[in-house]
Amino acid sequence: MTIRAMYMPEKFTLKTLAPLVALLAVVALLGEMRTARAEITIDITRGNVEPLPIAVTDFVGQSATASRAGQDIAGVIAANLERSGLFKPIDRKAFIQSAGALNALPRFGDWRVINAQALVQGRTEVVSDGRLRVEFRLWDVFSEQQMIGLAYFTVPDNWRRVAHIISDAIYKRITGEDGYFDTRIVYVSEQPKDAKGVGRNKLNPFGKRLAIMDQDGENHRFLTDGTTLVLTPRFSPTLQEITYMSYFRNNPRVYIFNIDTGRQEVLGDFPGMTFAPRFSPDGKKIIMSMAKDGNSEIYVMDLRTRVVRQLTFHSAIDTSPSFAPDANQVVFNSDRGGSQQLYVMDNRGKNVRRISFGNGRYATPVWSPRGDLIAFTKLSGGRFFIGVMKPDGSGERLLAEDFKIEGPTWSPNGRVLIFYRKGRTAKDGSGGASKLWSIDLTGHNEREIPTPMDASDPAWSPLIP
Amino acid sequence: MRFKVIGMVAALALAVTACESTSESGAGASGSGGAGVTPLPAAEPLPLKDQFVVDVGDRVFFSFDRFDVEPDQKKVLDRQAAWLKKFSSVTVTVEGHADERGTREYNLALGERRANAVKEYLIYLGIDAKRIKTVSYGEERPVALGSDEAAWAQNRRAVTIVTGPGS
Repeated sequence: MTIRAMYMPEKFTLKTLAPLVALLAVVALLGEMRTARAEITIDITRGNVEPLPIAVTDFVGQSATASRAGQDIAGVIAANLERSGLFKPIDRKAFIQSAGALNALPRFGDWRVINAQALVQGRTEVVSDGRLRVEFRLWDVFSEQQMIGLAYFTVPDNWRRVAHIISDAIYKRITGEDGYFDTRIVYVSEQPKDAKGVGRNKLNPFGKRLAIMDQDGENHRFLTDGTTLVLTPRFSPTLQEITYMSYFRNNPRVYIFNIDTGRQEVLGDFPGMTFAPRFSPDGKKIIMSMAKDGNSEIYVMDLRTRVVRQLTFHSAIDTSPSFAPDANQVVFNSDRGGSQQLYVMDNRGKNVRRISFGNGRYATPVWSPRGDLIAFTKLSGGRFFIGVMKPDGSGERLLAEDFKIEGPTWSPNGRVLIFYRKGRTAKDGSGGASKLWSIDLTGHNEREIPTPMDASDPAWSPLIP
Repeated sequence: MRFKVIGMVAALALAVTACESTSESGAGASGSGGAGVTPLPAAEPLPLKDQFVVDVGDRVFFSFDRFDVEPDQKKVLDRQAAWLKKFSSVTVTVEGHADERGTREYNLALGERRANAVKEYLIYLGIDAKRIKTVSYGEERPVALGSDEAAWAQNRRAVTIVTGPGS
């Protein structure tokens, strides 16, 4: 992995991105920010925003390889921006100025005519050492100012990740908040009833397997083979490890899966079932439940010292713990008050207080990476809901409702949730399909996330380091 | 606690297959515990684990989000205890299950409670605790398909499985 700076015709800053899998991109700001603030902005805290019309042109490359990569990159960027619900990529058939002619300054009038408010242009080139150089510029069409310009080097196979990184840069420049496109999703893949092939045995009747993919469903791969029932995977902050629950040898326990080596290791040596694991925000601990003699309590384990601390001491079901991003507090669900509700305690198990008081049961709370909200599953009147509330329990808002929806997980910027939705099953076992869905915190822009088979228990990664 | 490496996925397959005997063999049996099973000729007695399913009844059912053994279900456990006293070398695993009308993690805890409730009742009736293991499957292994109350009622169950040495 090498870092190489590049010649910049104008003032530039250099940023480096840590590698995910043995590759590295070099980032350089192209050109100078001539405006202190962008004229075009999107306030993503508002409800249903009008998507910003944006023209994403094919990145221009001279060789066949570079040209193909340039088209692919532009396609992924446009798709990311469109899926966010905040942007409306303009049909390229409407473009007047050709991408090739954009190598000079854009003819802004041509873009105003088709109502583009922002313009993305770029170039791709395979340089002498075989790496791909990708540069792009984002223009404010009306002020005719460059909003951002960046260049990256990477191995050509990594073009897709560069497209996500550029998408995040565009999102951040226009919304003022970090993006979430350079991320992955780990989830549990399930086989539909009539599916043939691997998985689906008596011990794992739905053929559940761990699977991982980019946030847009690409680069999909399975991590386990379906012989063992697995549930509730969650990322470590480094993305190198996943904690999950496995029924290996019919002993339901929390495990850690190392993505680099494929190794699976049981966590600790507990006398009962361990389940509902999540990493602490620094990745050094795992918080989870352990069931013994019928009673489930919450424990936290230091991964280095292996010291285990019990946080709850109650005959009720205490489970689904989730740390606040500052690691000082934990939200969990408990039926100690008679029905399943959300409680917050400090990280030593003290100062327990109930925060949910609406009608129904509250479950699977998960603290937003921003710290400002807690997402949850709610059960009321025979229906399931995904909702959010503030950590003090105020401001409850329900975002989605259905026969069965569960298990929200946050985008790293705390603006989008992914959850799973399972349909009703017929007597003959047909139906009951389970799929992943995303929805904005505003309650708008609900979309299915494509997976090869059925899917449940999603967990969204942080931005790839 | 020093469980080390488990190894790769391929290794998991073999080990798990070997454990199938602990799974619910009477999955097709209804709540009455064996209606419709054709008796075999006396010359070929059923293995103990199947006798248990047919003659005794292997499962009890629970109300929604409850784990107390209800009075009409205790009769099944009374028969299980009597049978376990008769076959005193038999060990069992009680599998606790939930319906799909809860959240996954809570249902794991609820299944654990149900399995433990059966274990506690069998202990109360004089069965040695060392003969009884429990495991929860939450909502992961429904016996009845269909998203309706009839199916859910079948799935809210604790099933006693003969694990050894009788078979």
